[in-house]
Amino acid sequence: MSDYNFAYLDEQTKRMIRRAILKALAVPGYQVPFASREMPMPYGWGTGGVQVSAACLVPEDRLKVIDQGADDTTNAVSIRRFFERTAGVATTGRTAEATLIQTRHRIPEEPLTRDQILVYQVPIPEPLRFLEPRETETRKMHSLEEYGLVHVKLYEDIARHGQIATSYAYPVKVEGRYVMDPSPIPKFDNPKLESAAVQLFGAGREQRIYALPPHCKVVSLDFEDHPFEATKADHACDLCGSGTSYLDEVIVDDAGGRMFVCSDTDYCEGRRDAGHRGRLAAINQEDAA
Amino acid sequence: MYVAVKGGERAIENAHAWLAEERRGDPSVPELSVAQIRTQMALAVNRVMAEGSLYDPDLAALAIKQARGDLIEAVFLIRAYRTTLPRFGASRPVETGDMRCDRRISATFKDAPGGQVLGPTFDYTHRLLDFKLAAEGEVPPAPQSETQAGPVPHITDFLNRDGLIQTEERSDEAPPDLTRQPLEFPANRALRLQALTRGDEGFVLGLAYSTQRGYARNHAFVGELRIGRVTVEMEVPELGFAIAIGEVELTECETVNQFAGSKTEPAQFTRGYGLVFGQTERKAISMALVDRALRWRELGEDNLGAPAQDEEFVLSHCDNIQATGFLEHIKLPHYVDFQSELELVRRLRAEAQAAREAAE
Repeated sequence: MSDYNFAYLDEQTKRMIRRAILKALAVPGYQVPFASREMPMPYGWGTGGVQVSAACLVPEDRLKVIDQGADDTTNAVSIRRFFERTAGVATTGRTAEATLIQTRHRIPEEPLTRDQILVYQVPIPEPLRFLEPRETETRKMHSLEEYGLVHVKLYEDIARHGQIATSYAYPVKVEGRYVMDPSPIPKFDNPKLESAAVQLFGAGREQRIYALPPHCKVVSLDFEDHPFEATKADHACDLCGSGTSYLDEVIVDDAGGRMFVCSDTDYCEGRRDAGHRGRLAAINQEDAA
Repeated sequence: MYVAVKGGERAIENAHAWLAEERRGDPSVPELSVAQIRTQMALAVNRVMAEGSLYDPDLAALAIKQARGDLIEAVFLIRAYRTTLPRFGASRPVETGDMRCDRRISATFKDAPGGQVLGPTFDYTHRLLDFKLAAEGEVPPAPQSETQAGPVPHITDFLNRDGLIQTEERSDEAPPDLTRQPLEFPANRALRLQALTRGDEGFVLGLAYSTQRGYARNHAFVGELRIGRVTVEMEVPELGFAIAIGEVELTECETVNQFAGSKTEPAQFTRGYGLVFGQTERKAISMALVDRALRWRELGEDNLGAPAQDEEFVLSHCDNIQATGFLEHIKLPHYVDFQSELELVRRLRAEAQAAREAAE
């Protein structure tokens, strides 16, 4: 595709996005407004993440794209192909081999390194949005560090359900200052937000970029008597046997039969390659053959 | 047995192939040409140009063809193309007073200098299906008359002469560009008008209608509605003067709205304004009503809490490309989030069950 610039966006646009990224890294957790462009995929399909990735990619990069933890879900395939066509960069499914990973809804199980960038697709960047719909109000609340409303919401959860009833997009406080929405990752992934990698969050429709620099302090909001808990399905992976990875529940028959498999497909394959086996690994292998 | 969404790559390719086949439809029926769409589906083309913010009837017609007639999808194609275009500069403001009008009506005066021209309107057609069209669409040529030479004055100017209508402040300030700066609030009027003119016709119509039904009623009269062609001029630095670079068809609507006045201000009419690409008068009138409703602060009116008065609500939700993208994205896989909700609901139910059993 020679009609378009490297990684689709023109250099002026990339420069504008890079400036927003640098500002975001300088003020961790703060949502930087940026002049998001209309992309050739719909809003809601990861236009923010795609723009951030486009602004970060260099020809030497090796790109990995995941959606729901998997490399072969349709939208991950589509975004990977977009960058193969417009940037011609190498791609990979291996977390460890990737220099830039664009993700939707998951953080890879394998710890990331200082040489990697993790780009999140963000639908609603504002952690206060469902408590206060007005942007003019929420921006004021952030500048005044007025976060009481979030705690009231969490408290009301406990009063009503006996525990905090937020299971994904669980709010965090960054470097003791900004409350941030980690994008709709399951709260199981929240501890991984403290990472050696650069983490960038792009919200295209809402025109915001925010960031976590390496080793930035990220605390999931909680109460002393109701501490934050990273939860997952109480099973082991039926394919690789991992007892510590985040699991998808797959319905396998009409009789309510189900299996649990790693949502991180690369992690699961890596473990199986290393000889680990889960409860149904043999059956599945027969199916695949 | 393991049935997660695998083989995405081939599925996408096959879906695209099927889509292309469906777009073409029955191959025994002749294919639509872009020229046919441009000339015979002109109002659809106009809507796509207006909401796509790109004046190019050929591209709009192509987009409609590619989108199988889904106009929002066509708008999206045009928008995505538009962002890739380089910016040479800006035209001078177009002079709608010099418009070559195909249509020009006023609801506030029986007649006015320049005359009332109905033009090609549906207004007084009887909406009876014309079964003859199913067989053939040939029509005899319409009667012709000499076009009127010279500028057509704006009707609101006549009111302005007597001080009966509020004067708009002139400003040479460059308007902000919605497509190059993030939308931030409060927005000035230029930015609001920019958002409304590319906003979804249905959404703007609905908001305008709500003001008529009492949600921030501002009692609008169509002072003037005009449709026609205006010359676009651009100043070329090397030349030092403006040259005509083309013409565009526009619909302009100026409403005259009730205003009671206050102790300090004598009673005066106020204005709403709509300007949209192409013949798009439903949109232009709607835009003028919403513009007027959004001006409550500037005109010293009360905020009645009506949706059409709420700048943040209107501007954040009027763009159909943003709206449809976010709405439709919920059909993408969300099973990771759903899984975490599933765990939570199971746990809450288990705890409730345990509590109930303990109580028994």
